[in-house]
Amino acid sequence: MQGEYIIKQISIFSENKPGRLAAIAEALEKSNVNIYAFSIAEANSFGVVRALVDKPDDARSVLEKLGFAVQFTDVIAVRMKDQPGGLHEVAEILGDAGINIEYAYAYSGKEAAVLILRVSQAGEAISKIQAAGGSLLRESDLG
Amino acid sequence: MHSWDPRIEGMPKAELEKVQYRLLKTLVYRLYSFSDFYHARMKEAKVHPDDIKTLADIRLLPFMYKSDLRDNYPDKLFCAPQNDLVRYHVSSGTTGKPTVVGYTQKDLDLWTTSLARALTSCGIGKGDVIQVSYGYGLFTGGLGLHYGAERIGATVLPTSVGNTERQIELMQDLKATAIACTPSYLIHIGEAAERMGVSIQKDTHLRSAIIGAEPWSETMRTRIYETMGVRAYDIYGTSEISGPMFSECSEQKGIHIWGDIAIPEIIDPETGEPLPPGEHGELVMTVLQKEALPMIRYRIGDLTQIFDEPCPCGRTHPRIRRISGRVDDMLIIRGINVFPSAVEHAILSIPELSGHFMIEVDRKGSLDDMLVRVEMAPEALSDKINDLINIKRKVEHTLKNALNVAVQVDLSEPGSLPRFEGKAKRVIDRRVF
Repeated sequence: MQGEYIIKQISIFSENKPGRLAAIAEALEKSNVNIYAFSIAEANSFGVVRALVDKPDDARSVLEKLGFAVQFTDVIAVRMKDQPGGLHEVAEILGDAGINIEYAYAYSGKEAAVLILRVSQAGEAISKIQAAGGSLLRESDLG
Repeated sequence: MHSWDPRIEGMPKAELEKVQYRLLKTLVYRLYSFSDFYHARMKEAKVHPDDIKTLADIRLLPFMYKSDLRDNYPDKLFCAPQNDLVRYHVSSGTTGKPTVVGYTQKDLDLWTTSLARALTSCGIGKGDVIQVSYGYGLFTGGLGLHYGAERIGATVLPTSVGNTERQIELMQDLKATAIACTPSYLIHIGEAAERMGVSIQKDTHLRSAIIGAEPWSETMRTRIYETMGVRAYDIYGTSEISGPMFSECSEQKGIHIWGDIAIPEIIDPETGEPLPPGEHGELVMTVLQKEALPMIRYRIGDLTQIFDEPCPCGRTHPRIRRISGRVDDMLIIRGINVFPSAVEHAILSIPELSGHFMIEVDRKGSLDDMLVRVEMAPEALSDKINDLINIKRKVEHTLKNALNVAVQVDLSEPGSLPRFEGKAKRVIDRRVF
């Protein structure tokens, strides 16, 4: 069952100008959505805010009501040892398998550090990580 | 008065009008007989060449519009076969189709002659080194001035536009005495020279500038003279009438329109009725001897006025004042004509966009900067920044191809740009001329 390890990330297109992140965060706060992890990628005048949240559907609908353009994106989350070499271990598995990481960000989870990965072939990445003894998170494991 | 062609340029008005009448009559007969387009237009307007009995009867003839060029893209209006053409120039049109102008050898000769007279009237001639810093290529400015300058025996330095530091070095090293470029580029050169520690006034031989293709003002003329010691002359033309053709003389009191080459009229842009001399209105041009792409009463869309009294320089031909504006929403960006409708057409061809857009024009330093804000179509959004950058590049590339000028592009959030009920106001122009 690889499907259970696919996690819904919300991706929000935003113009790169003051107040946009505050507007997003305020909307999530008001609808009582908790953010587990997030990152911002920027290019000159625009950017993409990517977040893992506890209620992705609620988050999407409240942001869309405010006029934001929101998409769901499939990502995977891998537990890392929170010590030197933790990231290397995970990245090496994907590198050896020839799987490209489109982007990644990390957070310090409760039991272990967590690496969020956007890869071109999520299914294959899951198999390779499991085969190498790695541990993946389900959506319900995120909190 | 030092003239390229003293006989024509100083010809008594009555005699000049006889020449104009003869040329107009010949043109009308030729087009009625050989141009399907003009034949149909004249039939529609119920006018026959025999009805043209005086020069003033030109007002009986139907107008020609920029849209006629678009509707007959690329060469359906040409009255010369391709094997008689020696050149094409291309400018951007009002929508997707550009405007193509073809030239026979005689067309190039007349264009060049017009410029030879114009340059000579500004006091430029053999012994001068003319730096041509208009763009060379599909745009008429570079090659037009190049041929005109060669014709009067001047030495041409064909730098084209851009690479400003090198332009300034060459200007110094080759002792350029005159420059032909847009007014904003001249000021840009002045500012760049200052940053390089070069004084145009003290460290170069530059003393005159033939500037046009975009609006400028007397204030700019004074500023150019005071900061660079350069006398600036206004030059006028558009690709449809051949290119830059007419300029001020050394008196700097209006642009001489050579009467044996063209007949200018001023009309009321609303009614199309001719206005008396001195009245301000829309300029209409008839180019008398053009072979490949003849122009009868072409509505260029520029606003100005004609004054007919002889110039203190002694030339008898009618003059027009500096162009004061446009009848339509055409923008001039770094000397290149840009129609918002052409921007719209290009944007609608890109499926990743919603079709809504805004144009913002500013002066960055002395150069025009055009920003097009486009809105993403929701389905084209991506969580990957590279996808978005690629869309932005695609829009920049499509617009550059359509407009012949590079513009900045900003991607906006879907739904964020203004929606218009009724007439859209998509252009914000913050420039001061």
